[in-house]
Amino acid sequence: MTETVRLPALARTQMKSPRSREARLRLAGFVVLHVVIIAGACVMFFPFLWTIITSITPGATLTNAPALIPANPSLEPYLRLFSERPFVQVVGNSLLLAAITTCVQLVTSSTAAYAFSRLPFRGQGVVFAIYLATMMIPLQVLIVPLFVELKTFGLLNSYLGALLPTFASAFGIFLLRQAINQVPRDLDEAATIDGAGHFRIFFQVVLPNIRPALATLVVFSFMSSWNSFLWPLIVLRSPELQTLPIALAALQGQYISDWDVIMAGSVVSVIPMLALYLFAQKYVIQGVASSGIK
Amino acid sequence: MTAPVLPLLPPASRRHRPTRPVGSRSRRARYGLVVLAFLLPSALPLLAFTLGPMIAALWVSLNQWNLLSPMTFVGLGNYAKLLTDPATGDVFLHTVYYVLGYLPIVYIGGLALALALNTALKGRALLRGIYFLPVVTSWIVVALVWRWLLSPSSGVVNTVLGFFGISGPGWWTDPSWAMPSIILASAWKDLGFVMIILLAGLQAIPTDMYDASKMDGAGWWRRLFSITLPLLSPSTFFVLVISLINGFQVFDQVYAMTGGGPNGASEVVVEQIYDMTFRYGRAGEASALSWMLFVVILAVTVIQVRGQRRWVTYD
Repeated sequence: MTETVRLPALARTQMKSPRSREARLRLAGFVVLHVVIIAGACVMFFPFLWTIITSITPGATLTNAPALIPANPSLEPYLRLFSERPFVQVVGNSLLLAAITTCVQLVTSSTAAYAFSRLPFRGQGVVFAIYLATMMIPLQVLIVPLFVELKTFGLLNSYLGALLPTFASAFGIFLLRQAINQVPRDLDEAATIDGAGHFRIFFQVVLPNIRPALATLVVFSFMSSWNSFLWPLIVLRSPELQTLPIALAALQGQYISDWDVIMAGSVVSVIPMLALYLFAQKYVIQGVASSGIK
Repeated sequence: MTAPVLPLLPPASRRHRPTRPVGSRSRRARYGLVVLAFLLPSALPLLAFTLGPMIAALWVSLNQWNLLSPMTFVGLGNYAKLLTDPATGDVFLHTVYYVLGYLPIVYIGGLALALALNTALKGRALLRGIYFLPVVTSWIVVALVWRWLLSPSSGVVNTVLGFFGISGPGWWTDPSWAMPSIILASAWKDLGFVMIILLAGLQAIPTDMYDASKMDGAGWWRRLFSITLPLLSPSTFFVLVISLINGFQVFDQVYAMTGGGPNGASEVVVEQIYDMTFRYGRAGEASALSWMLFVVILAVTVIQVRGQRRWVTYD
């Protein structure tokens, strides 16, 4: 009896020291991890910090670099940005184009995704493969023919010309199809028994169940439109139609020394995306994870 | 980076495959209309603005054309010209240089970040946000900021290097440092994207796998190589495919940071396509180069898809 009682007790004292060593090791690892990851975050964030500092240091140039803590912070570069050129218009253009692209892509992606997930038809596999293959085509391959096509339709230098090629997104279709595939079919069947057709199932059953994927698509669509450069650069030639990235690139050529104004423009361009990301943050990882990309 | 995904992914579950309706002709016709109604909104723009232009580009590539005067048919002349022009080899070489420099940095960095930010870390959401911030920033802004940071005479990077007694290089003003500058800025921007994809993959790994191996006394490195990386291989595959497709199409950052310079040291394929079309009025040649690039990307992707069986495990 005494033997059996003593053995576990002995075992416990023997385990005690390695366990506390393990705990200390874990604590050390925890601290090191925090230090490294926070230092990394500082390095990642530094360019933004520098951008903000430069944007509130009037007269900052390449040779006259701003101090880390500006002596005379001022919003003057922002005032110059918006007063010396149609920058309000430029921001408005970008917002408008990004909003339209996002809305249209939500419609085209969700309907196509529903068709590929829930409406079997002959040749569905082939059609889906062609849809996906369009993702492989670099935009640059299409530039010249697209340019000619839109010229023929008289759509150069118009918002519609900039928008049309962005209306369907194979990426969006794929993302949403993966999400719809995960909506239980029992829900459709229950709705069908209640007499619902495909349109009602689509709106009342499927769409409410794929909200994280829809939010993910909103972020990616808005982001790609807001930041798109090459196509708008080619189509939107008049200054009053220009979007943010183009206007920023032009600023650099035009005011080679006015880094404060350029950086103010950069800050302005990041704010809406930041707001959107913060708003949709919790959905994005969930959306990517549920899309099966994992 | 809204990016291509593709048939690279495991087939979706086919458990509850709905059946096509059987029955009267009018019922089938009505079903056909429903399918059309759901497909047309996406099929029309894809046909008109992606597949159509794609075919048209092939035709343009067989012609000599300056965008203004009528085209003259030259057959495969543009391809022959490109293949014998040493500049073509150079731009492809620069592009490959970019891809090979960029890929290891974003993958290893993104993986380390995803692993770290998947643990119980204080302020995890904020940290993820900070690492993701560059992803949502436009290439133009990134390029402008990095030109500023990497300015040879008074940029922050060279100033910091100066504190340690290192005299920094000329970065984007120096032909041999122009591409590393572009790679650095690109890696900074895309790290967060890779992190998010890998993070989503990590969260899909069941925790009991780890518990079991901990019981067997496996250490951290052992668990990384025998559990985490194999189970993460679909995400890794996705990141590789996307990064290669996008890497071969690198343009925005080159255009804004160096414009292909100095002395053409960072001239990449798409920069060349752009210049040929809109600067030199050689649209036929540009289309031919576009198709060459497309074929290269397609080949690289197909090789990866074929090769995935060897190392990618789907559960």
